[in-house]
Amino acid sequence: MESILTFDSLGFTLAVKLVAVVAFFLLAPLVVGYMEHKVLGDMQSRVGPYEAGIGPVKFGVGQLVADGAKFIQKEDIIPRAADKWVFAAAPAVALVPTLLILVVVPFGPGAWAENLDVGLFFALAASGVTVIGILMAGWASANKYSLMGGLRDAAQLIAYELPLVLAGAAVALQAGSLSLVDIVQAQGSASLLGLPVWFGIPQIAGLALFFVAAMAELNRPPFDMPIADSEIIFGHMTEYTGIRYAMFMLSEYAGMVVLSALAVVLFLGGWYIVPGTTWPYEQLGPAASALLGFGVTMGKIIILAFLMVWARATLPRLREDQLQTMAWMVLIPLALAQIVVVGVLEVVA
Amino acid sequence: MAAPELFMLSALVVGGAASLLVVTARNVVHAALFLVVALVSVAASFLWLGAEFLAWAQVLVYVGAVIVLILFGLMLTRAPIGPMAQHNENRKLAAIVAVALFALLTGLNVASFGGETIELRTTGAGQLGEVLYLQWAFPFVVLGFLLTVSLIGALVLARREEGEGPLPDPGPHEEIAAAREPAPTDATPIPGGPTPGREIGSR
Repeated sequence: MESILTFDSLGFTLAVKLVAVVAFFLLAPLVVGYMEHKVLGDMQSRVGPYEAGIGPVKFGVGQLVADGAKFIQKEDIIPRAADKWVFAAAPAVALVPTLLILVVVPFGPGAWAENLDVGLFFALAASGVTVIGILMAGWASANKYSLMGGLRDAAQLIAYELPLVLAGAAVALQAGSLSLVDIVQAQGSASLLGLPVWFGIPQIAGLALFFVAAMAELNRPPFDMPIADSEIIFGHMTEYTGIRYAMFMLSEYAGMVVLSALAVVLFLGGWYIVPGTTWPYEQLGPAASALLGFGVTMGKIIILAFLMVWARATLPRLREDQLQTMAWMVLIPLALAQIVVVGVLEVVA
Repeated sequence: MAAPELFMLSALVVGGAASLLVVTARNVVHAALFLVVALVSVAASFLWLGAEFLAWAQVLVYVGAVIVLILFGLMLTRAPIGPMAQHNENRKLAAIVAVALFALLTGLNVASFGGETIELRTTGAGQLGEVLYLQWAFPFVVLGFLLTVSLIGALVLARREEGEGPLPDPGPHEEIAAAREPAPTDATPIPGGPTPGREIGSR
C-alpha cells in the first residue's frame, strides 16, 4: 500500500510529507500537554488552567500556546562558563530523533510518511540518539547539577534502551517483519488459541515492559530521577531558559506521543478497532479510512498518555539503585523470556 | 554528476572533515562529539550504497551505545570545559601511520576495483537475514560465542576481589553512622570539597 501523501511530483510529495510530519510534531504535544494539565489538576483536586482560551473556547485550551509565546519572548541566556556551541546545539540534538521517528509511524491505512522495510529498527535506533543531546546539555552547562543530571540520565537511558529493543524484537518475531505497517496489518489476523487478539495479549509482558521503559526513556515520573527537582534542581535543563528550554519540554511531550504511538502500533493493533477483523476499513475509500485510522490511533495514544500522567500523579520517584535493579533484574530477563515464549509459540502454533 | 553521487560525496566530505577534527580537537568531549558526526556520515554512506539495515545498525550501536559510553566515561572521570593540554608525544608518528594506511587502502581499492562500475541495489533485511542465518550460520554462532565469553570475562575482571558481593541491606541510619569507620585525620583535604571527618548532616 502506498502512503496517501504520495503525489506524481517527487518534490511536491516530499514537501507535503515534511509539512504533515512537522505539523503533527508541533500540534500533538499540545494536545497531550493540555490533557496532562487538566488531568493532573483533577487528580490534585484543583481546576488546572482555566482562563486562557483560543477564541471563544476557554477552559485553558490556550495555556500551552501562551506558554510557548512566553518562552519565545524570554532572553536566551548562555552561561559565561558554558561551552557555547555544544550548549546551543544540545536541545536540537535531543529533539530531532523524536521528529525522525514520526516519519515511519503509521497512523492509519495509508496515513504514514514512509513505510521503511526496517521501520521498527529505524525507530529504535533513532530514539537512542536523544541521550547524546542530553549528555551534551549536561556537560556544556558548566554546572555540577547539570552534569550529575546528564550522567544519571545517560545511565538510565542505557539501562532502559535494552528492554525497549528486546520487546520490539519479540513483536518483529511474531509479525515476521520489521516494517511498522506490516506489523499493524499482521495484527488484523493474529490469533491466540483460536481467539482473535492483538499482539498485546500474547505479549502482555512485552507491552508492560515497553510502556515502563518508555516512561523511563522520557524521564517521566516515577523515573524522573535525572531531573529530580528536590535533589539536583532540574538536571541537564537547569541552565536553560527561553526557547531552548521549550525545545527540551517539546521533546518530552513529543516523546510521549511518539513512544505511545509505537506501543499502539506494536501491541495494541494500530488503527484497528476490534481484534480479529479489519472492519470497517475495507468498506471505506482511501481518504476516509486514513482519517478514521488516524482518529482511532490517536485515541489509543491519548489513552496511553493518560496512563503516563496517572503514573506521574500517583507513584513516588524511584531511587537510583531501585531504577537500575528494575531494569537489569526485572525488565531485561522478562523481555528475554518474552522472546522465548513468542519463539516457541511461532514454531508450535 | 547525478544526485546519489552528490549525496555520497557530501557524506564523505563531512565524514572526512569530522574525522580530522576528532584527532585535532583541543577538547576531548568535542573530539567525541565530532566522532558522532563521523560515524553518522559512515551510516549515511552505507545508506547510499543500499545497505539500509547496516546503516541503522551503525546508528544504533555506534552512535546510540558506543559514543554514549565514551561520553559517559569522559564525564565521569575528567572533562573540563575549554581547551586542554595535549600530552600526546606520538602525534607525528600517528600522522605518518594514518597517512600511510590511507594510501595503502586507497591503492588496494583502486588496484582491485579500479574503473569497475557496480550496479547498486538495496539489500532488504530479509535477504540479509537469509545470508546471515543460512549461509554464514556457523561463523555467526562462533562470533556470538566469542562475545559471550568476552562478556563473562569482563564480569570476572570487574568482580575480582574475594567474597565481594552485593551490599548488605542498610539498617537504620544511626547504625550505619556508628558502624562507619572514623575518617583518617591525615587525609589531604580536597580543595573546595567537604571537610574530612565530617559527615554530611552531622552538624
